[in-house]
Amino acid sequence: MSWFKRKTKGITTTTQEKKDTPKGLWYKSPTGKIIDTEELERNFFVSPEDGYHVRIGSKEYFSILFDDNKFKELDSDLESKDPLKFIDTKKYPDRLKAAQNKTNLKDAVRVGVGKSKGKDLVVACMDFAFIGGSMGSVVGEKIARAADYSLKNKIPLMVISKSGGARMMEAALSLMQLAKTSVKLAQLADAKIPYISLCTDPTTGGTTASFAMLGDINISEPGALIGFAGPRIVRDTTGKELPEGFQTSEFLLEHGFLDFITVRKELKNKVNQYLDLILNQPLRA
Amino acid sequence: MEYLEFELPIKELEDQLQKCKVIGEESEVDVTETCAQIEMKLKETQKDIYKNLTPWQRVQLSRHPNRPYTLDYIRAICGDTFLELHGDRSFKDDKAMIGGLGKIGDQSFMFIGQQKGYNTKTRQYRNFGMANPEGYRKALRLMKMAEKFGIPVVTLLDTPGAYPGLEAEERGQGEAIARNILEMTRLEVPIITIVIGEGASGGALGIGVGDVVMMLENTWYSVISPESCSSILWHSWEYKEQAAEALKLTASDMKKLKLVDEIIKEPLGGAHKDREKTFSIVSNRIMKSYEALKDLSPKDLISKRMDKYCDMGVYKD
Repeated sequence: MSWFKRKTKGITTTTQEKKDTPKGLWYKSPTGKIIDTEELERNFFVSPEDGYHVRIGSKEYFSILFDDNKFKELDSDLESKDPLKFIDTKKYPDRLKAAQNKTNLKDAVRVGVGKSKGKDLVVACMDFAFIGGSMGSVVGEKIARAADYSLKNKIPLMVISKSGGARMMEAALSLMQLAKTSVKLAQLADAKIPYISLCTDPTTGGTTASFAMLGDINISEPGALIGFAGPRIVRDTTGKELPEGFQTSEFLLEHGFLDFITVRKELKNKVNQYLDLILNQPLRA
Repeated sequence: MEYLEFELPIKELEDQLQKCKVIGEESEVDVTETCAQIEMKLKETQKDIYKNLTPWQRVQLSRHPNRPYTLDYIRAICGDTFLELHGDRSFKDDKAMIGGLGKIGDQSFMFIGQQKGYNTKTRQYRNFGMANPEGYRKALRLMKMAEKFGIPVVTLLDTPGAYPGLEAEERGQGEAIARNILEMTRLEVPIITIVIGEGASGGALGIGVGDVVMMLENTWYSVISPESCSSILWHSWEYKEQAAEALKLTASDMKKLKLVDEIIKEPLGGAHKDREKTFSIVSNRIMKSYEALKDLSPKDLISKRMDKYCDMGVYKD
């Protein structure tokens, strides 16, 4: 006779009653540190033990930069078309739809205007989750319009890059967005309105060959990948092993292409400190 | 002369014609009529083949080993007046990017362009037309010099891309290209740009922002080469023909998309088939474009240029 007897046969617990850990409660950083997601959010999406800056999107950056997370979104309805009828292994419109459903975003950049430490700031922030943060006509146009808004209202502009480069499915149309956004930055520069470029992980390809490298200051977060050609292409082309830390933000700082690197917790302070200093205004607390 | 695969029927007929002529010379047989027939067939075949080129075939023509390169154009157009200028003043002289002053008629121009080599040794010397950051910085230095003295700028684009090397990254390839693009949008002298071969992505656009942008008939211009596009999107190098098709990279597609302003027709079979004719067509087009731009004030010139680039892009509002 057995010590325990099963009264009913089979597993009878319903799915709802199962004592599973809900998904997304924990975050594991690349070094293996585990952190509670709510605590991660409180810590500006930085893993407290190893300082790893988790990849975040426009929603999170807006919440970090704008006072009380209050801002007005500009041109939120702009959407991509398929002017080239581009087909590779998938049709471009299908890719767009899939990306929109997955991310709840319209395209790879969002623009917000609001108060940061009490003063107006325009922020265009890319979303890597949307087709690798690739830049097509919509990204180009939204950044151009963000710059127009800055120009018209004399408000500093900040662009947060997070992108694999130009969007191949819009081919040369994407390429020309480099010129289009640069036109606007030239106008902003001529009007002496500050432009800050924040390069986040990753910032590569067409974005580094345009607005990401054209800030009055270019800044970054620790450990971000920044480069024109991706590391795989560089390795394949040169046949050389890449040095440790190649194309990290620390590497770019060392080679003179960044003004400074800031941890995310200090981002809002540092950006506004720069603006107050360059505009010769009293420093905000 | 080297032949591409799709040109082989032409080569065959040319060989036949050659043989026919030899027979005529060496024997008493009258071959005039036979030769004339072959010649006619040759012309028809040529027309047929070159009229219906696929995008990939145009890409191949743009890379034809006999195709004229930047310095060939400049030397033919400017003759002895050309004075090459070197160096970026901070690091070195990039052999993949050349520049200098020369005259067409009475007018001085600043010529800038990527340079490819014509044999193994010179190809290496020119780094296959792939410029490093110092190349873009040299180009910018020359453009600013031209601006200072009111000299119009002509840029000739022919590159498989900016060099994706380790040192190029260290020295800021992205920044160098970005800076050029921005400064070109507001340069106070006319900029005339011609794609003479390959127009690959940022590496091309880095000297390619112009008041008038023209493409020779058998060139391509896009955000990526068909080979790299195939490797990224299809995960294989085998789909380059499809990629060339999908990217809409030919001169006529680019004109339709309003991303370039004009197409320059090439002699039948491509620029290399009649180099002298190509050079004279290009020279005329540069002068024609300059005539149309020279009386604009710097302010009007820049605002027209800026408006043109701001209009590029297709989206749902």
